[in-house]
Order: sequence, then structure tokens, then C-alpha cells
Amino acid sequence: MNPVVRMVLQRLGLGLITLFIVTIIIFSAIAMLPGDFAKAMLGQSATPETVAAFQREIGIDRPPVERYFAWVGQIVQGDFGSSFASRTGYRRTVAEIIAPRLYNTMFLAVMTALIAVPLALGLGILAALYRNSWFDRVVNTVTLTTISFPEFFVAYMLAYLIISRDTFIGTEFAQSLPEWLAASINWVLNLVPKFPTLANISDQTPFWEHVWRAALPSITLTLVIVAHMMRMTRAAIINMLASPYIDMARLKGMSPMAIVLRHALPNAWAPIVTVIAFNLAYLIVGVVVVEVVFVYPGIGQLMVDAVKSRDVPVVQACALIFAATYILLNLTADIISIATNPRLLHPR
Amino acid sequence: MKSKNSGQREKGTKLLSIRDLYVEGFSDERWHPIVRGVDLSLKRGEVLGLIGESGAGKSTIGLAAMGYAKPGCRITQGSILFDGIDLLAMAETARRRLRGSRIAYVAQSAAASFNPAHRLLDQTVETVVAHGIASREAANRDAIKLYRRLHLPDPDTIGFRYPHQVSGGQLQRAMTAMAMACRPDLIVFDEPTTALDVTTQVEVLASIRKIVEEFNTAAIYVTHDLAVVAQMADRIMVLRHGRTVEEAETRQMLAAPAEDYTRTLWAVRKLAKPEVPAADHLLTIDNITAAYAGKVKVLQDVSIKVPRGRTVAVVGESGSGKSTLARVITGLLSPVSGSISFAGHRLPRTLKERPKDILRRIQMIYQMPDNALNPRQTVEEVISRPLEFYLGLKGAACDRRVGELMHMIEMDESFLDRLPGELSGGQKQRICIARALAANPELIICDEVTSALDQIVQEEILKLLMRLQQEFGVSYIFITHDIATVRAIADEIVVMHQGKVVEQGLKTEILTPPHAPYTELLLSSVPEMDPDWLTKLLETRERKRVGAAN
Repeated sequence: MNPVVRMVLQRLGLGLITLFIVTIIIFSAIAMLPGDFAKAMLGQSATPETVAAFQREIGIDRPPVERYFAWVGQIVQGDFGSSFASRTGYRRTVAEIIAPRLYNTMFLAVMTALIAVPLALGLGILAALYRNSWFDRVVNTVTLTTISFPEFFVAYMLAYLIISRDTFIGTEFAQSLPEWLAASINWVLNLVPKFPTLANISDQTPFWEHVWRAALPSITLTLVIVAHMMRMTRAAIINMLASPYIDMARLKGMSPMAIVLRHALPNAWAPIVTVIAFNLAYLIVGVVVVEVVFVYPGIGQLMVDAVKSRDVPVVQACALIFAATYILLNLTADIISIATNPRLLHPR
Repeated sequence: MKSKNSGQREKGTKLLSIRDLYVEGFSDERWHPIVRGVDLSLKRGEVLGLIGESGAGKSTIGLAAMGYAKPGCRITQGSILFDGIDLLAMAETARRRLRGSRIAYVAQSAAASFNPAHRLLDQTVETVVAHGIASREAANRDAIKLYRRLHLPDPDTIGFRYPHQVSGGQLQRAMTAMAMACRPDLIVFDEPTTALDVTTQVEVLASIRKIVEEFNTAAIYVTHDLAVVAQMADRIMVLRHGRTVEEAETRQMLAAPAEDYTRTLWAVRKLAKPEVPAADHLLTIDNITAAYAGKVKVLQDVSIKVPRGRTVAVVGESGSGKSTLARVITGLLSPVSGSISFAGHRLPRTLKERPKDILRRIQMIYQMPDNALNPRQTVEEVISRPLEFYLGLKGAACDRRVGELMHMIEMDESFLDRLPGELSGGQKQRICIARALAANPELIICDEVTSALDQIVQEEILKLLMRLQQEFGVSYIFITHDIATVRAIADEIVVMHQGKVVEQGLKTEILTPPHAPYTELLLSSVPEMDPDWLTKLLETRERKRVGAAN
């Protein structure tokens, strides 16, 4: 068998095993949470009898091992179960709760990735090409600055910028400035598109409207993740530039751009792709703060709410999705690293 | 390449003229001179050999001929005229257009100088296509023709392979094809065969010489091997410390070198010691078979006897199993079958089973002293460690012994505080020798200990090892691929090929005909000072081949 195919199958198998172990960890972690849905729902004044009856109704009175296997058995069949918020005659499945939220999260993640990854690669390549120039320094400083601020701060600053667009000229600060300066600042501020500062969307929102409303969260996330990817691209390429085959390319009369793109980059993919995968996973798993700031209905908020109300099936499903995202993205990164290594792709 | 080989080929007009060249390199926070006022001129179709030990500035001059200085170096003074164009005065973009198309480069290590991510063919034609000289299709066709002319196997398809899929000798020829692709006026060969085995070297030398002759290309041939340059160059320039020592036509230089320094370059090859047969054997290896991770057998039924107080040279090309043999003897690799007895006792197979005293009695010295020494340990720490570990010496006794050892390796005690990074290659190798000696061993395995060193330093190290053997009666297993070293130091020789022993015996027995066929191939491939050596060798081999075919 082709060694690459074999390696991919091997990694897939390992990924499944990892996912299985993760189910155990998720289940035990949630089982260890103090309180349960029944208590959270009925409040402190509920009698023990009512609580016990309610626990029986949603099935959390059974032993944990039994519940675990029931849960895993359902998942294997593609069924994430029902939310504890279901009532007789009004069944709410976990899948139907999660699906629209997951779609929103994926939408934001893909949109951000489409902006951030090409931007980071482009900046990284240019920074490597003009290393130690003023361009390199500016790019490094700016990206480092944006990554150094907490993301909610970046988010609020962006929102503030959009609001200033309309309000700046009326502020005391603007009036204390010379008129021409205030006018030109206002002019610059008005160049910024009037992005919505609240990203409230529903499943009826049309596609481009969705893009428009998700713009600020997406820009915030881009600012947060671009530095890491850009710096790795730059470092990986510069690392390659010390190789003898790069000297050879110079002596063959290749231009600096051709050297970076044709000779350095193809050998630098492995570390770059790993970092990209890591950041893309973050876009799905770690965006809850940004979601809260812009009131964007993503899966992060859903999970936080579910934890609060002890809606265990939803929490478990979210955690499992996050774990699978990590495993899948890292798997993809591994496969790309292998596929860009001719020694593995074309054995002797 | 040389006029006598190509029937009095016409030497053309002046192609390259370097005047008063100064190059500096940046290290330790300041600029050091590398080349100090070298003049050089080259006619069309002429081959100039640049020779000297490392640090002589020969590669730097080769690169300067392309108007190029390595990162961290700068050309500070002088003029470089290529075909009437001043390379230093022109813009970088214009120089780039010349590089690859009119002046090409062949690097020392083809394996490292080919980009692992692209196919050979794409890399061969890259310059032609980038400089807009021909279309990709035409360039591909031409590259295949060049592969054929350079006697690469499967010339039609070899270009579709990746660098890691072909051998070192083939890569070096592919690189020559790459340099030839634009039919340059000048090619700089920077030690193109140094990393190759002698048997492979002959083929590559022959290919390079043939193609340079056919296209009447001028060349600068950089090497530290006089015998090689004698085959390739019309004219030789000897360099030392960035200055020209002397320059003359090849035959004249070989017949009558004018300078003392040039004569010392010859001397190493004349170093030879008479063999002394041994009374008894220290180490006996019986039918050893060894393999890595259960795969292909690297050693098959190897039996070798090492006489006490003598030197056994193990020779063979890379992949012949020489270093694996050393790993088996030291216990780093346990053999699949066979046995080893040392001083009359059977040696346990693995390192773990061997008592400390056995470990003490067998020591090893490696090819790369840089890798064998901990860069963070001072010379004193390096040498006192085995004294403490094997012999339990401490305090004043240990210090005294370290002093004695430094005296033995002819180094001053003022070096004791230095770190390996502050020593030269030869000094580092001496420290490795002292470390091995510190354990009072009976057997030292020397794995290519001189091949990373300059010829003059090689000679010093070999003399030191011989003196130590006379004084302390230690036995050596000397692993090498260099026949000159074997002549210099061996009492007995073991010839290895593809994991088997081809021949073994006293030095004179092995080195005087008749030889086993492989020994014959190996010995005949060692370049000799005679400038006609390669021509004669190729003729002889061709005659034999034709003879065998009939």
C-alpha cells in the first residue's frame, strides 16, 4: 500500500481512539459537576420528592456507567439524544438545538479563515523576503500588538471605532482640537465602513447580510490569530533560507521572490500548516468571548448556557464536537505535512 | 579539458580577469580578511585548478568569479572582469542574469544543494526557463541529452525522480548537467567529488572532464586534492591564507614545485611505515552477521583478526559496513550471529552486559570531533571524565594525569580551560585522542578520524597515532576509505565490500598484485599525481570492457 495512504488510515484510526477516550473524559468531568439539571431547574425551594421524580423523568437517577454506555451507544448511531429541556409531547433533540448554532460558528470560522490565512501567509512571505527591513518590523510590531491585547478589548475597541465614526465630531475632545485636524480625523473615520456592532442574526438572515453582520467579529478574530500564523510562516521560510540549496538557487540567478516561493516555501509547509490548524481549531472552540461581545449566536454561548442550566446532553455534544474539530484539523495538518514531503510521498 | 587530451584544442581569448581581490568575512563581531590581494586570469576553454587547505580562500575566490559573496562576506576591493563586463560595478539584477546562464556553479554536496521538493529535471531546466533562453519543452529535451552525455542511467526518466531517489554520484552528474543547461562560458566547480567514494569519483571526474571539453567551457576547479586537480586542470594555482603561493602549468607544477609550501602538500602521500607482523591477536571476530532493525544484512559472515599492538586498516566505500563493524565491536549494535573474543575472553554481545573494565579497554575516536565533543565542556572536563569514570582518579592525581595526557598529544596545558569551539579541527581531534587514551585502552577504533581534516593536519594526527602505538602498544582498528592513509599507518588491511570481507592480510600482500577484483577496482580508482592517470585508467578499463565483451 502507498505509505501515505497507510499513514492517513493509521492516523484516522488513532483519531477515533482519541475521540473514544475523550468521551470518557467528557462524561466523567460533567458527572463531577456539582448540582444537576433537576436541582437547577426546580430551584432551592423544591422538595426532595419533586427533585427525585424529575430526576427519574430525565433519567439521571440511573448509575453513571449505565448512562455512559447509553450515551456512547446513541452517538455511534448518530443520535445525540434529547435536551433535558424537553417535555412530554415537546421533544427537543440536541441535534436540532446545536445545528443552527454550529452553522453560525462554522460560518464565522470559515469567513475568518478565508481572510486570516491568506493574509498571514502573504505577510509572512513578504516579511521573510524583506527581512529586517522597516516593512518586516512594522508587520511584526503591529501583529504582536494585536495579539497582546485580550480579544474582548480588541472587540470593544473596534466597536468603539465604528461608533466614533458618527459621534467623534460632537465630542469635547474633537472640539478642543483645531478645526482642520478634527475634520480630517472625522474624514478618516468615515472611510471605515459602518459595520454593525451587534451581530444578531437568525436562520432567516440572507447570506450576504450574514457576512455583513459577522464582519466585526471576523475582523476581531483575524487580528487575534494572524500574528501567530504570520510569524511562523516568516520563521519557517527564513529557517529554510540557510540551506545549501538556497545558496545554489541564488547562484543559479533566481530572483529573491522565486527563491522564497519556489525553493523555500515548499519545504516549509509542515510547521506552517501545524500552526494554521491550531488557529483554525481556536476559531471554532475558543470564540465564546467574541460571541458574547457581539451577541453572535454561536456554539460557544450555547455551551456556556447549557453548562449553567446543567443541560448535560447539550454540553456533552458540544464538548465532543470541539474535540472532534481538534482531532480532525490536526489530522489534516499531519496529512498536508506528509503530502508536501517528497521523501515520504515518493519513497526510493 | 586539457589540451593534450583534446588534440591541441585552441585556447581562446581572455574570459575572466580578477585583479587585486580582497574579501572579508564577518565573525566574532568583526571583519576578518579571507582573500588578500589575489590576481587570476582565465582564457576561454581553459581549466584552472585552485588548491589549498581549508581556510585558504579557494571557494571564496570561486564564488567571487560569479560576482557573489556568501552571506556574511563582502568583497572589499579589486576588480572582476568577466568577458569585459565589470561584475562588481553592475547592478544586482544584471549580475543575476549572468549567473546560471553565462557563469554556472557546481557545489560540493549535490545531495544538499538540490532542493528536496522538486524533481531533478525541473531543477535542471529552471535557469534556462527563468532566463528565457528556451521553452520548457526544448529545455527538457536538451536536459535529457545532457544526462545521456554524462552517462547517467536511464537518461529519459531519471529527471522525473526526486533528489533523495538517486545516488550521490548521479546527483553530482545531474548538477553538472544543470550547470551546463545554459551552455555557460564558465563553470565554477567547488570540490565536486570530495564527498564521493573513490570508485564513484573516477566516473564523475571522467564525465565532468568529457563534457567541459566537448563544449569548450572554461572552468575554475576548486579542490584540496592535488591528484584530482592534476587530472582536471590545465593550470594550477596554490593558495594559502588567502594569498597566491604559486601558479604554473599543471605538468610544470607537478614536476617542479617552486615553493616549500607546495612541496609540503605532496608530503602526506609519501608517508608510509613498514608493516610489522604480529605475535598474537588481541581481538578475534568470528562469522559476525549484523542487521539494523531486522532489515537487510549490513554485515555478512565477517571474520577479522586484530593483532596486538598493531594497526588493522578496514577499507571500503560507503555502505560497505565498515562503521557497522565498529558498532558491533563496541557493543552498540548486537550481532544477529557470530562471536567476538577479546584478549582470550568472549565478549558479551550488548553494551549492557559488558563490565566496565571491558568498556575501558576498547575506546573509540570519531570522524567529526565537533560532534564527538560536548561544546559546553572545557578540554579539562573532557579529558578528566574517563579518568574519573574508569579509573576513579580524583583531585591532584587526576590533574597530574591530565597534564601527562596533554603532553602525550603534544598540546600545551594552557588549552585546558578552552571550549571545543575555541580549537582548530586538528586540535579537537587531538583532544578526542587524549580522551580515548585516558582510559588506558588496549584497542582504539578510529572511524575515519582524519577524513575531515586538511592533508597537513592529517599527517600530524597520523604521526601522533603511530607514536602513541609505539610507546603504549595499543592496537588500532583504522576505518577509512582513503588508500593514502592506509599506506601511511596500516600493518594489516581488511578490504570490505557490501558487508563482506573481500580480502585481508598484511599490507604488502594486499597492495601488491594480483588483487581480488574489487580490491583492484578500489586501488586503481585512487587518483595519482600523474596528470595522465585518469586518461590511462579510462583507456585500460575500456580495453578490459571490450576484451570481456568479445
